[in-house]
Amino acid sequence: MKSYNFKVESLIEKHSNQRKALIPILRDIQEEYNYLPQEALILVSESLHIPLIDIVDVATFYRAFSLEPRGKHTVTVCLGTACHVRGGIKVLEEFERKLNITAGHTTEDKKFTLETVNCFGCCAIGPVVVVDRDYYAQTNIRKVDSILKNYRKKKIEQ
Amino acid sequence: MRKKKIHDIIDLAKLRDEIKKKNASYKIQIAVSNGTCGQARGSEKIVHAFRKEIERQKIQDKVKIRATGCQGFCEVEPNIIIFPEGTFYQKLKPKNVKEIISQTILNNKIIDDLLYIDPKANKKIVYEREIPFYIKQQRIVSGNNVYIDPTDINDYLAIGGYDALSKALSEKAPEEIIEIIENSGLRGRGGAGFLTGEKWKLCRNATNNGFKFVICNADEGDPGAYMDRSLLEGNPHSVLEGMIIGAYAIGANQGYVYVRDEYPLAVKHVTLAVEQAREYGLLGKNIMGSDFDFDIIISKGQGAFVCGEETALIASIEGRRGEPRQRPPYPVQKGLWGRPTNINNIETWANVPLIINKGAEWFSKIGTEGSKGTKIFSLVGKINNTGLVEVPMGIILREIIYEIGGGIPGEKEFKAVQTGGPSGGCIPKELLDLPIDYESLVKAGSIMGSGGMIVMDEGTCMVDVAKYFLNFLRDESCGKCLSCREGTHRMWEIVNDITEGKGKEGDIELLEELAKAVKLASLCGLGQTASNPVLSTLRYFREEYEAHIRDKKCPAGVCKELIQYSIDEEKCTGCTACIKPCPQGAIKGELKKLHSLDQSKCIKCGACYETCRFNAIVIK
Repeated sequence: MKSYNFKVESLIEKHSNQRKALIPILRDIQEEYNYLPQEALILVSESLHIPLIDIVDVATFYRAFSLEPRGKHTVTVCLGTACHVRGGIKVLEEFERKLNITAGHTTEDKKFTLETVNCFGCCAIGPVVVVDRDYYAQTNIRKVDSILKNYRKKKIEQ
Repeated sequence: MRKKKIHDIIDLAKLRDEIKKKNASYKIQIAVSNGTCGQARGSEKIVHAFRKEIERQKIQDKVKIRATGCQGFCEVEPNIIIFPEGTFYQKLKPKNVKEIISQTILNNKIIDDLLYIDPKANKKIVYEREIPFYIKQQRIVSGNNVYIDPTDINDYLAIGGYDALSKALSEKAPEEIIEIIENSGLRGRGGAGFLTGEKWKLCRNATNNGFKFVICNADEGDPGAYMDRSLLEGNPHSVLEGMIIGAYAIGANQGYVYVRDEYPLAVKHVTLAVEQAREYGLLGKNIMGSDFDFDIIISKGQGAFVCGEETALIASIEGRRGEPRQRPPYPVQKGLWGRPTNINNIETWANVPLIINKGAEWFSKIGTEGSKGTKIFSLVGKINNTGLVEVPMGIILREIIYEIGGGIPGEKEFKAVQTGGPSGGCIPKELLDLPIDYESLVKAGSIMGSGGMIVMDEGTCMVDVAKYFLNFLRDESCGKCLSCREGTHRMWEIVNDITEGKGKEGDIELLEELAKAVKLASLCGLGQTASNPVLSTLRYFREEYEAHIRDKKCPAGVCKELIQYSIDEEKCTGCTACIKPCPQGAIKGELKKLHSLDQSKCIKCGACYETCRFNAIVIK
């Protein structure tokens, strides 16, 4: 636990313990742990002298933050208007069926988190799916299986 | 990268000559479209293959590869332009690279198979400038992307970058600059269209407590709009130069770029651009030897649409929930940390150096009486030439859709174009001859917004479109005002019921009443315009709502609960292709025999419809 404290404290110090740096600090913690652990938020609250409720207030407002542990891979299906009119929602539903979770949730084995986004700004090649940092262009429900396979396989290789 | 700072106008000219001389030593320059969507289609592999092949052939002194930002014609990416001729090759694969080098670069031969084919004339086109998609455009802001590697400030300097800044600092007083921007008639490109010069003046004249700020709003949240991403990714220095000039005119010493985190490449390029500008002394203390200090901080958005609203954006930079607040006081009076703050959109900032260089008169000659200059639109959806198009204000909608956009794919009919994102509306085909400017769009029940144009064909259900935006808005409403928080949700419930066949008489009237209330009672732009998608679809497509409510039918064949997939006995060839994709095992059949679909198992996912090559799956 000591090293954990140390890590979070060093992330806070990186931003010179400033109240206005709350969002960048939460970002760094999220990047480090893939979510915002409760203990870390308590530490932030104590160091910055901000009531915990105000921190949770900010953390739950922005889509980028998660209070739950997330999966190893994040599958994000774009539901921007251009992707929507080209059938993005059908692609999302297929992911939901294949992963057996609904959008915003993580599979039990913690391999995949399924998310949606309002627009990646790649409207020409929609429907777009991004897994971690890999972009998949012009997807359809038939491609869903092969996209997931790439990451399931990776897991075995490791 | 040289470490020496640029001290004055002569220094800048000297440096530019050096860069130009170096560039001139390359006989041939190849620009690879390498923005986010290019990369999604493999453009990085093309760049890599070119670098390798050029090295192998030992022609690196003669040929330069430039990985540029988005070149606009997203439909045909990855594409390249070979300068000086302007040869345009499209939809490339890494295996094409060897041939391009050996044929076109070394032997000056055009490779026919890689050329763009104009589908209308069924003719191959060699040069970029002759492609119909580009001909009607006027790419004054976005056109420079093809000459610039966004990670190298020298490329921007080579085409005259930071000339406007040096002119502004050495020759013009701040008030003169504001006057030029006022005379140009430039209006905000983020949506509302406020006069930029007027905003700057208000901010300059605001009581000065020692600090003022300028902010670049790069929180491009409108779904279906990505021109801002392409500018920040492809030509970040043009935005920075505009900001520095603006800060000098207003009297601000600190700037922020508030950029969406969903645009990682844009974040990377603008961060790099700020560092390089600092190294050259274009940001920091005593910019270009003047007594003007200014620096820029990159602030990343965390995925909240409402933060595109200026007071919410400010709250977010201050580290709080991105909730809008009452205006006045406007940010120009009381903005970031309570100081006067001028916020402009990316495209607005990118216009500033052009106006300073070429003059207010040049700019004001482009466009219409009330809307000057050009506007970049992202032309997406059911359209042949998807991409970013920059056109003079006042252009006729039909020209954008049919001449630049190349019309609607597959023999389908144009139905509507949605502009202005969730705050905008749908423009029907009866208004195809509408000139596009700020006022005409408002009159038609929509808005300019940041410039998304989503084209819809007969296969798009307008009630579903309204539902889509309401779902978006109820999700993105910050929750501060009851009218917006509950209103968008209730409107969504009603429209959702209609799409599920549970609509009843009186629903339309109730929707209209609710829409009015949400509009009147909400604090910020999000709530005040949240009704537009509903109201505009009701205005032009009321009969579609009525068909859903009275006949329980979705004329476009989109709304799941109102449609049924079935197999056309005459068209089914018994190829079995549809059987495997069906996740429910609802389709049964043997090879060369008529297949059958079990309605009780069908979940209407459309997998069979997408798979069938004989149009034998029909939606009723």
